[in-house]
This record gives sequence, structure tokens and C-alpha cells, in this order.
Amino acid sequence: MDYVTGLRCRECARSYPAEALHVCDYCFGPLEVVYDYERLRSELTTGQIAAGPHTIWRYAPLLPVADPAPIDLGAGFTPLVRAERLAAELGLGELWVKNDTANPTGSFKDRVVSVALTKARQLGFKVAACASTGNLANSVAAHAARAGMASVVFIPKDLETAKVVTTAVYGGHVVAVDGTYDDVNRLCAELTSERPDWAFVNVNVRTYYSEGSKTLAFEVAEQLGWQVPDHVVVPVASGSQLVKVAKGFQELYDVGLLPEEPHVRVSGAQAAGCAPVARAFADGADAIRPVRPETIAKSLAIGNPADGWYALQAVRSSGGALAAVTDAEILDGIRLLARTEGIFAETAGGVTIATLAKLAAQGTVRADERVVVYVTGHGLKTVEALVDSTGPSATIAPTLEAFAAAVDIEGATFWGAS
Amino acid sequence: MSVRVRIPAQLRTLTAGTGELDVEGTTVGEVLKALDAAHGGMADRLFDESGALRRFVNVFVDDEDVRFLDGLATEVRDGQTLSIVPAVAGG
Repeated sequence: MDYVTGLRCRECARSYPAEALHVCDYCFGPLEVVYDYERLRSELTTGQIAAGPHTIWRYAPLLPVADPAPIDLGAGFTPLVRAERLAAELGLGELWVKNDTANPTGSFKDRVVSVALTKARQLGFKVAACASTGNLANSVAAHAARAGMASVVFIPKDLETAKVVTTAVYGGHVVAVDGTYDDVNRLCAELTSERPDWAFVNVNVRTYYSEGSKTLAFEVAEQLGWQVPDHVVVPVASGSQLVKVAKGFQELYDVGLLPEEPHVRVSGAQAAGCAPVARAFADGADAIRPVRPETIAKSLAIGNPADGWYALQAVRSSGGALAAVTDAEILDGIRLLARTEGIFAETAGGVTIATLAKLAAQGTVRADERVVVYVTGHGLKTVEALVDSTGPSATIAPTLEAFAAAVDIEGATFWGAS
Repeated sequence: MSVRVRIPAQLRTLTAGTGELDVEGTTVGEVLKALDAAHGGMADRLFDESGALRRFVNVFVDDEDVRFLDGLATEVRDGQTLSIVPAVAGG
């Protein structure tokens, strides 16, 4: 039994039943799941959550589908790592990395897909589909395989090799589209009108799907001992994840799991080659102007972000900021996180770390704040971005002489080991 | 000047279930107005109070977002396809 009472349009507040709907029939606004907060307040406890599985499903009462056997590869409850060495480099104080590279298919998308496909199955869908920049395709193909569902995923044809292979291996259909992600997305939005029997997780099941990202906030609060951070830094593609992280902290208070109303500053990270939301923030604009993406951070390359406007509002109302970083800064960000904390992030993680560095240098993220930075995808997915600049320190013949020639063992120059 | 207009599922209650219609007009704005004249209630759903496209309504001419073109003033040619697509997708 779930706590969902229905759906509501975020734009015009019209109500709908909790069915396979994602867009308000009247104004095309996004639909949002409505929960019975009053009943949750009287029934849900932190003890009950603590007794749950070590996955997102420990928060099932705050998710939009109840199922005793969800479609689950073990998404969520990823490490929250205290990052003292990274903090020292950036001049910050209490810094934590939410290491969501540790999910089953290597990105936070497992959270939203597990929720979306469990709901889709309940609604009677037989085919799992999505428009993806790669990570979502991985996750949909894997979860569909686990559930014995057919899958059809649509990706831009220029994706990283690893993301294509780690999707196709699950045996579903992978359709590479000659265009950008925004072209893929438009195609899928049109296809939902023609194939209403397919569950496009981030189109016609998006209302449910996006709720899975709230668990990024729930876990951080629980892992901090039911406290919230002062400031979080979140990557922005469609903007949905950032909006749901902000909602997640607030919802914990709304259902009585936090003693005081949280005031979490929410900041967003974008790549300079695809920064429509950061641009609107910098310009003080209300409208998000779509852009044509040109960045190595392909998982964030959404030029026409569906939740961009809401992400902008969430950042502004919380006192956060948005910033954008160049491709060179992204690679530096990947290496910085790897070098200081032993966590290998994909390009999107490089964007987030580089943005954190930029906001820290500006004084927007402060040393007196408890900061959480969300690293949401694994570096092995985007190795191509690093192959030209990252490799062996030396390549030698297998002899002591060759090693001695390459390395001054006795001297102080032994690669930083002195 | 006639263009093929693709209607999303959400608006097909206004077109008796039809997903594609041929509509006259020389600009995107004219086409959408003509669509409203033939299928009452359409304008209400597509435009806000100021007459601009609603925030979550995307319009494409031959797969190009009209916001990359001239918006409602974008000229259309005979035989082009105009798609109305809900913006709420993706990510």
C-alpha cells in the first residue's frame, strides 16, 4: 500500500489520478506525485527506514510505487565519503562526496529506473524504453533484463563506446539516432503518442521516474545522522535531479523525519559547452534559452532541459548558484577527485568537482559550511576523455637497468614518493 | 501554403483522435491560429495569457525547434511538417 493520493500539474494545479500520465492535458505542464503527508507523518519513522534494505527501497513509503518485489539491482545506499584531502585542496571545511558511481550500472540512473520500471510493470507496460545520453540507457537495459521485460533505448549516435557496449550487452534493442540528445528526446516524445504501450521511463513515466532522485537527499540526511548539509552541489542536465534533491530534503521535514525545516543551499554544475541553466542564472533571466551542446560531458549534454526552469528556481530560492566549466576544467576535476579521494568519476563528475572548485574560489561555497557534492557516474564509462592525457608514467623493458634509467630511485625525484 | 501538423496525444481530444492534419498558413503563428479555428480550444492549450507559446509547449518545423528560428514568426513552406511536442521529457 502506498501513500500516493494522485498527480497534480506543477503549472496549473489540475489534479489527475496516479496513472500513466506525465503531462497536464490542459497546459502541458509536468505532473507531480502527491503523497498523503499527514498519514506519513503519523506512520513513518526513522527506525522503520533503518530496518529496511540497503537500497533505495528502504524509502519505499516516500516513493510513488509500492511493490513487495520491486525491479531491483540494488540501487542506492551508496557511500557518503568524508573528503578531507579534496577539502584541503579547495580551502573548504567539512566536505562530503556522495559517491553514486557505486550503483549497479555505475550511475545514479539506477535509482530512477528501478522506481520507473517497477511502476511501469504495475501499470501493465511490457516494454521499457528511454531517450538517453548513455547512463540511462545502461540502466534501463539492465533493469529490463532483470525483470524479463523487452527494452528499446534511444541514444545519440556519437556516445562513448563504453556506454554503448554496456547497454547493448543486456540484449535489448539499442537505437542510435543521427542527432543530438535533444533530437532523440523529441523523437521519443513523439513516439509516446504513437506507442502508448511502451514505458518511456523519462517521458510518459517521468512523473514516477524522477521521484527516484529524491533518494539522493534521503540517503545523505540519513548518513549524516538525520541532519541536512548546508550546501549541496549537483550536476544539471535536464535539471530534474537537482529539483528532486531539493524536494527530498524538504519532504523529510514535511513527513516529520527532520526536527527543523531544512535550509539547504542548492548549487548546480554545468559544462560551458552546454550551460543553458547556468547562463540564465548568470544573466538573471527567467527563460531558459536552448543551446546546441558541444562538450565532452555527454551525459549532461541536454541543450533544452525540461526541468531547467524549476532547477533555476530551486537554486535561486535556496541561495545557491550555478556555474559552468570548460572541457579542460572538467578533466582537471576528474583527476583532482581521483588524486585526492580515490574516486574515479565520469565527465559529469568532473563537471561537478570543477564547479565546486569554482564556487569555492568565488566564496559561494564556504569553508564554514557542511558541503555535499554529488558524483553521479563512474569514470570507466568515459575513459575516452582521458586517454590522450592520462597513461603510464614510463614504459620500459623488463630489466632493472631500464627501470633505473627511467627512474632516479635514490634521488628525491621518485615521482612524489619522497 | 499547406503544412502537415503533428498533434500529440494530449491534444487529440480536440481533433477527434487524429494525429496528423494539413493546415494552411505562411508562419508558425498563422498555422497554429488556423488549427485553432478548425479545432476550437487549441489556442487555449498552446498559448499563455500574453499570446506566447506556453512554457512546456515545444514546436518544431521539420525537426528544428522554432526557438532556434524566429519563434511564432518562423515562415513555413508548402509540404513542411510542424510538430507540437510536450516539453516534459528527458534527462
